[in-house]
Amino acid sequence: MDRVPVLKLGDVLLVSIQTDLEDVVALALQADLSDRIVATGARGVVVDISALEIVDSFIGRVFADLAATARVLDAETVVVGMRPAVAITLVDLGLSLGGVRTALNVEKGLKILRQDLGLPMAEDLEAITSASNPLAG
Amino acid sequence: MAKKDDSTQVVTLLRERRDEILAGWVAGALAGMRGRMSEAEVRTELSALYDALVKATGDGLPPSTAPELDELRAQLRELSRSRARAGSSPSETAVSIFALKEAVLSELDDASGAESLADFLVFSRMVDDMGLITFEAYADARESVIANQADELLELSTPVVKLWDGVVAVPLVGTLDSARTQVVMEKLLEALIETESEWAIIDITGVPAVDTQVAQHLFKTVVAARLMGADCIISGIRPQIAQTIVGLGIEFGDIVTKAKMADALKITLEKAGLDIVRRPAPPT
Amino acid sequence: MDTTARGSPSPQDLPIEGDADVVRVRQAMRTFAIAARLGLVEQTKAVTAASELARNTLVHGGGGEATIELVSDGRRRGVRATFVDTGAGIPDVDQALTEGWSTGTGLGLGLSGSRRLVDAFDIDTAPGKGTRVCITKWAR
Repeated sequence: MDRVPVLKLGDVLLVSIQTDLEDVVALALQADLSDRIVATGARGVVVDISALEIVDSFIGRVFADLAATARVLDAETVVVGMRPAVAITLVDLGLSLGGVRTALNVEKGLKILRQDLGLPMAEDLEAITSASNPLAG
Repeated sequence: MAKKDDSTQVVTLLRERRDEILAGWVAGALAGMRGRMSEAEVRTELSALYDALVKATGDGLPPSTAPELDELRAQLRELSRSRARAGSSPSETAVSIFALKEAVLSELDDASGAESLADFLVFSRMVDDMGLITFEAYADARESVIANQADELLELSTPVVKLWDGVVAVPLVGTLDSARTQVVMEKLLEALIETESEWAIIDITGVPAVDTQVAQHLFKTVVAARLMGADCIISGIRPQIAQTIVGLGIEFGDIVTKAKMADALKITLEKAGLDIVRRPAPPT
Repeated sequence: MDTTARGSPSPQDLPIEGDADVVRVRQAMRTFAIAARLGLVEQTKAVTAASELARNTLVHGGGGEATIELVSDGRRRGVRATFVDTGAGIPDVDQALTEGWSTGTGLGLGLSGSRRLVDAFDIDTAPGKGTRVCITKWAR
């Protein structure tokens, strides 16, 4: 089964969804992400869906659940890159993402996380690793 | 084989007196064309049609639904299109087809009497059908031109402009029906992504009336923008519109609305973290 | 994919027995929607509706089949998808069609939501008789 890769950027986990998501893969992502948040102590999650052509009610619920779970684990989630056609369809479908924050792209998503949570951005990684910050790695 | 009527006399005539009939046809057609096409062009056109007609009539006149007439129909449609391009009205085109009847009539042997009249009537009906085909082809072509123009108009009347870094605006003009709203929504949302803007100002100064349907369309646009990580402000709300909105019980919820686009712009710039400051007056 | 003499794809039958099949239904729906010359937003709506219904067939119908085809009403083209299962059927269709706003679990949102996304929506179901849903989306 394909698994969606989860990247670590300092205090943030970045998930880039590249392909048509099978339900079971989406559920596995939700589980993997929770594990990684706990393992790394990550405070933010960015889910990049700019490659997703379809978000239906199941996938939408997975994202909402994923964000809710992350919050319980003290991490904030931002879903980024939603395509206009997907947004328009979600409105007609009547699906809200349960209040998950969204942003136009990864850069803006990271900015939101930094501003809201005081988290370091990716370019601060150098500073983090060189200062042997206990949160890194 | 399809049922054939007895019109062998006319069919034979079409074959044996091609040159004379064709000449008569071309002359008759040219008379009604007011110089739009040259004689050579008309002759080429009608010869091709003539030959298709001869082929389609085979050993007699088949009923109009026979497959042998498909080639003839295709030629008629093409003729109608090229005439329309040359500026002919659909009547002119049809009349030039009907001119074939005169041409055939003048070649019919007077001695045959009643029999040849019966023949001719069957043939005449067929030529009438041919003329009608050219008329219908004209109507179809016009309809598709109108449809294309309507689409273009839709595209042109919804420009999305970038007002500043992170702010786009779309001035809506005219009535908002479902089709238009869809186009507006798509263009606006795409512009948000392309320009990486988090704010869209939807100006409705040019929208004559706001009813619950229009309000719903505006809502959907804002919700979609928010799903994507942006937001909208609605500006250009005239006093009468505001009264209508209240009267209809439409609630804009937490969507910010402003009377003037200038105010909307100011708000979005502030939210983007910008201040507009007046330069101190130069010392006198 | 087979094509008829006129170059348009002929109807495609797809089994729905697992997650991967739902993805295949989406892909087939997309292909047919493009062939019917639907715009991008209409394609997305059609494919999303198909995804919802395919999932319903799998999860609530115990598996079944989808048939996707091009249709025409003489003036414009469209895409039609029919989902059939021999599962338990839906006891109260009207309720299923009105329930499930944003927090929908189970059938609700999938059915009522997909109805809003398409132009024609037909459902034939009864307890013990399985379910058959047919949706059509026309090019604008």
